[in-house]
Amino acid sequence: MSAPTLHAATPAEEVAFYVTEEEHAHSGASTMLGFWIYLMSDCLIFAVLFACYGVYGRSYAAGPSGADLFDLPLVALNTAMLLFSSITYGFAMLEMERNRKGMTLLWLAVTGLFGAAFIYFELYEFAHLIAEGAGPQRSAFLSSFFTLVGTHGLHVTVGLVWLVTLMVQVANRGLGEDNKRRLMCLSLFWHFLDVIWIGVFSFVYLMGVLQ
Amino acid sequence: MSSNPDFWSFVFGRLSWESFPLHEPILVITFIAVALGGAAMLGAMTYFRVWPYLWREWLTSVDHKRIGIMYIVLALIMLLRGFADALMMRAQQAIAFGGSEGYLPPHHYDQIFTAHGVIMIFFVAMPLVTGLMNFVVPLQIGARDVAFPFLNNFSFWMTVSGAVIVMMSLFVGEFAQTGWLAYPPLSGLAGSPGVGVDYYIWALQVAGIGTLLSGVNLIATIVKMRAPGMTMMKLPVFTWTSLCTNVLIVASFPVLTAVLVLLSLDRYVGTNFFTNDLGGNPMMYVNLIWIWGHPEVYILILPAFGVFSEVVSTFCSKRLFGYTSMVYATVVITILSYLVWLHHFFTMGSGASVNSFFGITTMIISIPTGAKIFNWLFTMFRGRIRYEVPMLWTVGFMVTFVIGGMTGVMLAVPPADFQLHNSLFLIAHFHNVIIGGVVFGMFAGISYWFPKAFGFKLDPFWGKMSFWFWLIGFWVAFMPIYVLGLMGVTRRVNHFDDPSLQIWFVIAAFGAVLIACGIACFLIQLVVSFLRREQLRDLTGDPWGGRTLEWSTSSPPPVYNFAFTPVIHDHDAWWDMKQRGYTRPLHGFRPIHMPKNTGTGIILAGLSIAFAFGMIWYMWWLAALSFAAMIVISIGHTFNYHRDFFIPAEVVDRTEKSRTALMAGE
Amino acid sequence: MSPDTMAQHHGHDPAHHDGAGHGTLKGYLTGFILAVILTAIPFWLVMGEVFANPQVTAFAVMALAVVQVVVHMVYFLHMNSRSEGGWTMLALIFTLVVVAITLSGSLWVMYHLNANMMPMPHHDMRGIP
Repeated sequence: MSAPTLHAATPAEEVAFYVTEEEHAHSGASTMLGFWIYLMSDCLIFAVLFACYGVYGRSYAAGPSGADLFDLPLVALNTAMLLFSSITYGFAMLEMERNRKGMTLLWLAVTGLFGAAFIYFELYEFAHLIAEGAGPQRSAFLSSFFTLVGTHGLHVTVGLVWLVTLMVQVANRGLGEDNKRRLMCLSLFWHFLDVIWIGVFSFVYLMGVLQ
Repeated sequence: MSSNPDFWSFVFGRLSWESFPLHEPILVITFIAVALGGAAMLGAMTYFRVWPYLWREWLTSVDHKRIGIMYIVLALIMLLRGFADALMMRAQQAIAFGGSEGYLPPHHYDQIFTAHGVIMIFFVAMPLVTGLMNFVVPLQIGARDVAFPFLNNFSFWMTVSGAVIVMMSLFVGEFAQTGWLAYPPLSGLAGSPGVGVDYYIWALQVAGIGTLLSGVNLIATIVKMRAPGMTMMKLPVFTWTSLCTNVLIVASFPVLTAVLVLLSLDRYVGTNFFTNDLGGNPMMYVNLIWIWGHPEVYILILPAFGVFSEVVSTFCSKRLFGYTSMVYATVVITILSYLVWLHHFFTMGSGASVNSFFGITTMIISIPTGAKIFNWLFTMFRGRIRYEVPMLWTVGFMVTFVIGGMTGVMLAVPPADFQLHNSLFLIAHFHNVIIGGVVFGMFAGISYWFPKAFGFKLDPFWGKMSFWFWLIGFWVAFMPIYVLGLMGVTRRVNHFDDPSLQIWFVIAAFGAVLIACGIACFLIQLVVSFLRREQLRDLTGDPWGGRTLEWSTSSPPPVYNFAFTPVIHDHDAWWDMKQRGYTRPLHGFRPIHMPKNTGTGIILAGLSIAFAFGMIWYMWWLAALSFAAMIVISIGHTFNYHRDFFIPAEVVDRTEKSRTALMAGE
Repeated sequence: MSPDTMAQHHGHDPAHHDGAGHGTLKGYLTGFILAVILTAIPFWLVMGEVFANPQVTAFAVMALAVVQVVVHMVYFLHMNSRSEGGWTMLALIFTLVVVAITLSGSLWVMYHLNANMMPMPHHDMRGIP
């Protein structure tokens, strides 16, 4: 049942107490809004993690600081991966709107590769830090750093699993209404993660290097 | 068994025979009683072959009405557990003076007050509120279900899983001994090395997912699925308060989830968020958890305010006084509730500027609340008041809640709070608002909407007995607690030395017994009403002279709620329809599109229990397996594209005809 | 506001009736180029040590981040005040308010606690284990 438009009743409708015409199918008309509200709640999770980083960001406990640890060229590369994956997802959406299944799948695959590259570089960075003795247990600063960046990475990973699932579903069932809606939800999710990443590279990495 | 200890510790993690509290007679007796009772009930259910019916019609149901009812059943069951804890605490404090140690050792007593708080908030108050919203909101806005029916079923079962995890801790291992918010460093690994805090964390995380998703669901429902003509300023007040509550849920439960994740990281990974070493700061936990905790208070109370608004205008046969101001007051409370969290820890060491800011915002939030009280009073003024049971609860609320609100304003003054912080005065205050507000509101709501859900009213005699026992019991139980608090007695203490305090604790224990009688009367009321259901039957669908849309359909409503989607012209839509000579449509029915039942929700929730159990006991294989199974089943679920069906027009026609026949008195 | 806001449709076309925004090639490319520029500048500011005063750099980085967030919102997430009857925008504004309260409130509260209970400037704490 889709939401009826909410204009005031015209005089002709004044006596109508119910609608008799065929209503729309229960086609998930609320899905986009519902998913958006979910993303807003996710935003709050990141707000807490950013707040922690804000509070603990200088609690080095005599350990290494951001300036000692962060490898900005690697972060720039990572950021580039995510930005590229954004535009390629955009291309996938444009192809989807033209109902071109093959091209949609192609761009989705490219997006997935960029996303996977992002995860790879992030894991590389984490492994490197832990090997240096700068693991999440070392100081509150590193705890909050790993948790914030790791939570973002976890979201990207979930996005990748979702992306692969959707690719299988699009390949099997084509670009029906259901699949289009799912692709649009993932689009919101994917671009939302970009927005979070802006906060991460600005607030964590760039500001962390500044002393 | 000790042939290969590595193997066994891999299989069972921390779990061993010592984990079962066989040495505590109270728990063993409880366990035997629960096991025998449970076995008898399951046996009877199998004998009478109700399982297939239960599975098909209830457990897998995506019908918002049935899910709502199941939430309330869950809440009532957990109320018995939570209240048993309360009675045990009252009994302990009444006898543990001087030489007497009482019957509860500190280890056990601490678990009881923690479990009492956790259960009452998360598994009694929350399911009551969510259940009532689930049942009522779609009916009030003229919708056929919520926006995401499967998600609704899943949310419910996640809440049940959380409750199951808490209950498991009673017999396998232990529960947290940290108080209901599990402040570190006590709740850290060094302070609480056992499984108690892990039970706490995972119960709340699992239930929290359910709560968050049901919040998203109800917001989308209210925003997208209102009947034509129902603009925002024509929403029934209960729906408005539900909307604000769910906004608060969506914008605050993630904070709880995040902060509990950080606590788990401290416990499982060894990070340093809330430790005292390596730059960690336990006070950050207190800060963050109250950013969730204060909105939570309003999550609970706003729907109760909505219930009172509906009840007052129905039982005074008057339009609600000041509908617009009621709506704005609700919205203002919603926003202000994010600006007051520090009043829970004035004493933690912030400076005067911080404390006075939060003290002032706290006092400001009492203004819209006060406005609401006046609106209800003015609605009653010159109304034709019928003192049916829901109205009694409402009047009892107004008297009780105002006192609780005023002691709240006292606590909002930072210098006063320095005296009263962590004292029994605080305990009395929040029980005053939660019992006087939330519990009374939920009982008002249950007795108000019960005939809608089941087709017969609740027996009024036992309802009144229950009300009076609760009301008097509350005052007898908590006035002494206020007195003790003013004398400086602190909370969470299981033994006292000063014998002059004892009389107050004895009076409070007596009050708790009166409340127990109130609960018993409520249960008797359910049984008596069921037995007398033919005398109490309501065929009209509108037993109270209701004003909002839920009363326009039959009691209980058909699966599809409304044969035709109603069109709304006024915020008291059904009253307006009755005034203008609405007649029920009798023919021309069409097929109705409805969602299909699914068992995925209950399966996922079951797996989440296994996952939590694995995490709590360090049985990593169990956690990993059940987590992987959850992912696979969730993904598998998305491959099912056929989630709905049409109720044929003939079935709708038959259902509506049988209602017509009933109403004609056959 | 942006070209993609023109692509709003309500009802009728089944693929579009959810009211979410849709992009155009031009919109995505504009967004991408702006995003690249807005990412490159802060990296250049920090890595090239353009300003002598790190506070100026920090301020510039945060300001650019805010601009970039808006760019992403408009061109990639297709935010506008009309989709879903304004509810998405309302939800976003409410969330931003709550996020701002959470962040600034936590920092304010925790700073005050530190100031009262541990009267040491932060950089002094680095030497203390």
